[in-house]
Amino acid sequence: MTDRVLTPRMWFTAFWGIARRETLRFINQRGRFLAALVRPLVWLFIFAAGFRAVLGLSITPPYQTYVLYEVYVTPGLCAMIQLFNGMQSSLSMVYDRETGAMRTLLVSPFPRWFLLASKLVAGVFVSILQVYAFLAIAWAWGIEPPLYGYLTVLPALILSGMMLGAMGLFLSSAIRQLENFAGVMNFVIFPMFFASTALYPLWRMRESSTLLHDICAVNPFTHAVELIRFALYGQFDLLSFVVVLGCLVVFFGGAVFMYDPAKGLWARRKGG
Amino acid sequence: MPTDALSIQNVSHSFGKFQALKDVSLVVPRGSFTALLGVNGAGKTTLFSLITRLYTSTSGTIKIAGHDLRQQPGQVLARLGVVFQSRALDADLTVLQNMIYHAALHGIPAREARIRAVEVLEQVELADRIGAKVSALSGGQQRRAEIARALIHRPDLLLLDEATVGLDVKSRAEVLDLTRKLTQQGVSALWATHIMDEIQPDDGLVILHKGQVLEQGRAGDIAQDGDLTATFLRLTGERA
Repeated sequence: MTDRVLTPRMWFTAFWGIARRETLRFINQRGRFLAALVRPLVWLFIFAAGFRAVLGLSITPPYQTYVLYEVYVTPGLCAMIQLFNGMQSSLSMVYDRETGAMRTLLVSPFPRWFLLASKLVAGVFVSILQVYAFLAIAWAWGIEPPLYGYLTVLPALILSGMMLGAMGLFLSSAIRQLENFAGVMNFVIFPMFFASTALYPLWRMRESSTLLHDICAVNPFTHAVELIRFALYGQFDLLSFVVVLGCLVVFFGGAVFMYDPAKGLWARRKGG
Repeated sequence: MPTDALSIQNVSHSFGKFQALKDVSLVVPRGSFTALLGVNGAGKTTLFSLITRLYTSTSGTIKIAGHDLRQQPGQVLARLGVVFQSRALDADLTVLQNMIYHAALHGIPAREARIRAVEVLEQVELADRIGAKVSALSGGQQRRAEIARALIHRPDLLLLDEATVGLDVKSRAEVLDLTRKLTQQGVSALWATHIMDEIQPDDGLVILHKGQVLEQGRAGDIAQDGDLTATFLRLTGERA
């Protein structure tokens, strides 16, 4: 009887197949691409324009001079795209689980951590395409970070996308039904986004509430935003890097645990 | 002596305090069509979930073509083709795209997958719908596409969990005939069902009830006076 050994080429084929499927689904759902762009653009064109006159920003690193509010919120809106993309992946995982498509993935001979990681990387790739499309429109709107920033921001986008995607994977393992997803919006996405430095710098928070400042300071999304903000200007923020990397490990570890057949989610489900 | 396609020994599984499977042992001989007969809730899907490693059994051993699931999960899953009770094809993609995706999950590159997809779709008489979106297929065609998908990595054992649920009489007969034909070509099949009409006297039969195997052997030998329904009702204590 011959052994069916998984060669390195087969691992790559499996990863590529998962990435291809995610991309095909994305292409087939053009509305999703548009929706992902409309959200941050509304914030940029309407919200930021309105608040420009109200919110004054002193010089805040990595900026070396006063910047317009639109310039300040742009990295936060990049992270927002990735946050929503991570949640979209989470939603599609729950949907796949409800429809049974998830089983096709999980009965593959490849280990689950690899299958989940492949799905995660594929989702991040899609989110990065969205972010660059947003940055291109923002550039046309007059938000012009240095040209090298478009390159230096890439590793930051990969890491922050992975962290937010892993959080989505972890959440998907805890959500029992599609209907519960509204709760995720209310209890995860909105608090994470608003209690972060995406819209206002930390020092502004401290002026209004120390508690709010502390919450924002420990919010992983704040660190994703700052990692992107610094990288977009060719700088590296060590603290944000460490926090984002640490959260990625924790969230991904949690997702792998929850999707393990002997533990977590699957061990609690009843068959027929 | 060739090893059995599937060998399950003393497998039990619980969900909290509820014991879904109690000391289940069964074999599926190589190249056979074996029906796993049980009412809803008998434990068929739980057993399939254990064989496909969606759950891990609390005790016992599961071997496919001689490979132990606990020790060599990759080897076992590479030999399994599964048709789930609920539809598992991606409705947004075409039949071919689904085939390529599934083949990739077994490490088969897209070029090879295209060739194999044509082969298996011809086997299930669906080659003319290769470019159609799954959402455009009828229920019976979707089931046949699922069987083709499950065959693309050339498994030794095909697991079909209530594969005819929701199909009309004609489609049901087609899917059954197709599966029997596949066993004549060397693939072994474990067919979970609660419909006695789907079982023929020469089929292998395992009767599962409340998580326990009540009887197993050749269906014609188990059915007293050739009446499988009466035998089943007597064994399980259920009423007609």
